[in-house]
Amino acid sequence: MMLKNYNFSKKESRLYMSFMYVTFAALLIGGLMGLLQTFARSGQFQLPFGINYYTILTVHGVILGLVMTTFFIIGFQFALMGKTVGISDKQRKWAWLAFWTMLAGTIMAAITILVGQANVLYTFYAPLRAHPAFYFGLALVIVGSWIAVFVNFRQLYVWKKANPNQKSPLLAFMVTINMAMWFIASLGVATSVLVQFIPWSLGYAATINVLLSRTLFWYFGHPLVYFWLLPAYMAWYAILPKIIGGKLFSDSLARMAFILLLLFSIPVGFHHQLTEPGIDPTWKFIQVVLTFMVIIPSLMTAFSIFGTFEVRGRKLGHKGLFGWFRNLPWNDVRFLAPFIGMVAFIPGGAGGIVNASHQMNALVHNTIWVTGHFHLTVATTVILTYFGMAYWLVPHLTGRRLTPKLNKLGIVQTIIWTVGMTIMSTAMHIQGLLGGPRRSDFSNYMGGEQVNTWITYQVAQAVGGTILFIGIILMIYIFIQLAFFAPKGVQEFPVAEEEIDAEPTPKILENWYLWIGITIALILFAYTIPVIDIIKHSPPGSIPFDWPIGR
Amino acid sequence: MHLHKYEKIWLIFGGASLAIFLLVIGFAAFWKGTHPQSHIETIDPQNVEEHEAFKPENLGLREVADGKYTVNLIASAFNYDFGTDADGKAVKRIRVPKGSTVLFQVTTKDVVHGFQVAGTNVNMMVEPGHVSRLETVMKNAGEFTVVCNEYCGVGHHQMFAVVEVYE
Ligand code: HEM
Ligand SMILES: [Cu+2]
Ligand SMILES: [Cu+2]
Repeated sequence: MMLKNYNFSKKESRLYMSFMYVTFAALLIGGLMGLLQTFARSGQFQLPFGINYYTILTVHGVILGLVMTTFFIIGFQFALMGKTVGISDKQRKWAWLAFWTMLAGTIMAAITILVGQANVLYTFYAPLRAHPAFYFGLALVIVGSWIAVFVNFRQLYVWKKANPNQKSPLLAFMVTINMAMWFIASLGVATSVLVQFIPWSLGYAATINVLLSRTLFWYFGHPLVYFWLLPAYMAWYAILPKIIGGKLFSDSLARMAFILLLLFSIPVGFHHQLTEPGIDPTWKFIQVVLTFMVIIPSLMTAFSIFGTFEVRGRKLGHKGLFGWFRNLPWNDVRFLAPFIGMVAFIPGGAGGIVNASHQMNALVHNTIWVTGHFHLTVATTVILTYFGMAYWLVPHLTGRRLTPKLNKLGIVQTIIWTVGMTIMSTAMHIQGLLGGPRRSDFSNYMGGEQVNTWITYQVAQAVGGTILFIGIILMIYIFIQLAFFAPKGVQEFPVAEEEIDAEPTPKILENWYLWIGITIALILFAYTIPVIDIIKHSPPGSIPFDWPIGR
Repeated sequence: MHLHKYEKIWLIFGGASLAIFLLVIGFAAFWKGTHPQSHIETIDPQNVEEHEAFKPENLGLREVADGKYTVNLIASAFNYDFGTDADGKAVKRIRVPKGSTVLFQVTTKDVVHGFQVAGTNVNMMVEPGHVSRLETVMKNAGEFTVVCNEYCGVGHHQMFAVVEVYE
């Protein structure tokens, strides 16, 4: 079965590009903050103008972790939907509303942080109290993203109506899964922000239930990382095969993996709270088991991606166990960047298993090991895959071409990123194992041997950070070239097709009621009793604290 | 749904490793009892002195039996309060002999803090309204830095102490 491809109109392209502009502007600002952090932490430099370390750390976490990722994902997913199921004029108008709402929220939160009224980091743990504008800003970002969620649902629905009895295009199905997960998960943080933080920060509520707010945060905070990861999986499953000239490995397997990710990404937030008081250890353990289930779809993904590579390599005539490996298009940045991302996911995933383990977590919890872990997973696996997609998406949208020269620069960029991140994240992992804390400005505590070894690794992080920042400048340069200056032309939007003799996809995989039903059942199972416990055994609430964050 | 033969092998191998991991963790947790700290006890964060363990005279290190110690302390932005020594100076260093069993009991009077004895498995979140407890055997001698590892404000990196385990 061949699916119709929709080509983009000018108006449509402008919509998707606007998300990309915000993405890359955020990358530049956030990257600069990251560089300053590593410098400050090395103990060799002082931040200029009396800037507080925690202000830039808040900017870094919010703008890279929340803003850049969300803008890229929503823009990319809109483009995938537009390509596979189309977008109507009316849907496009709503999509713009999503964009402006998110941007307004971002600017509001950013200004609040920059004037020093929200040094609370991107996790904004109570009872530290930021200025209410910070929480309103976050709420707007979330509400804006919900508009995008419902536009995507609507797009698929309209397509299904027009194409009865056909299975939905794979990419549209994947986008819908990711948005369903995002919506269900963000209900948690939205509840916390709207019901707990906003009234309390405005002074309408005297106290806040800290443990409840943290539980609601992490109910959202873990699926958040899957929200980042799933677009990378979309690219690996359904776009990379086309880039290397192959076909989709298995449509049903890809859908199955996404369904499993939906089921097991949400009821697992307690693995971020393993060392907290007030939660029964048995429930923590149950969520650890559910966390481990996510390993299965990841293994499925690894298999089918490498399966695709092998099939393609063998078609090109290479034999032997690994001979086909040589025939992959290593000099095509659209392939190389995501590929290195996949490789980084091997140590990244292994480290994640350590973090999630009931007791091993005690050694690494809140040490800078954790920061090393997610700079491998998010800042390497996910971001390199996003970059890999931007190399064709941006010129496709602007009617330009990824020239051989820009491709070569892209390869250099990918290698710089890989080298910088390897140095920085390895140093972070080791320092964390030695007990060095995360989210801390430079401090020699009381001196001593232990602290001296930490400082050595912090200097190594500054070296890695510097290399990374060069990578960011290069990426920005390439983006500007692709957006405004590359020669006019046609750049392909690669969407992989199934093999002609592919097996039909079971209908049950598209039964939304079933899968969302199971998701909700799992969430209720994992959260109902402990949350009732938390509320029933709650201590006197916490009054707000402004002075510790310098307000 | 069709699965390739190699994929089946791969998934069985993966699934089996996963089961083994979980069995190991479950065994350690439920048979050996090495759960992470999870105490359910609550306390009024604005009046922590009400609690026996956190009365000013009960803070710091105490030997409760031969080779068994309790350390009570209150975290606040940006200080760990271990009480005062004989000269009335704030205690910043705890000394215990190697091999002793130490129970740490921590609470906070303001915001969320961390309590980690770096280089050991003593690592707890300290949250307002709750008491965090962990008992451990100090098996290795040395000087261990105690750090606050949860962001608690602009002086977060100035919260520390030392646990010294001597031979
Ligand atoms: C130039 C590249 C980068 C450098 C040098 C860098 C550096 C750092 C450093 C040193 C920290 C730890 C600060 C601390 O614990 O005190 C940090 C935290 C963080 N980074 Fe990056 N990073 C970079 C890129 C990224 C990217 C691309 C992302 C996300 C996509 C990202 C997301 C985060 C997040 C979410 C945190 C946690 C903030 C927190 O704990 O509150 N970083 N980064
Ligand atoms: Cu603290
Ligand atoms: Cu702290």
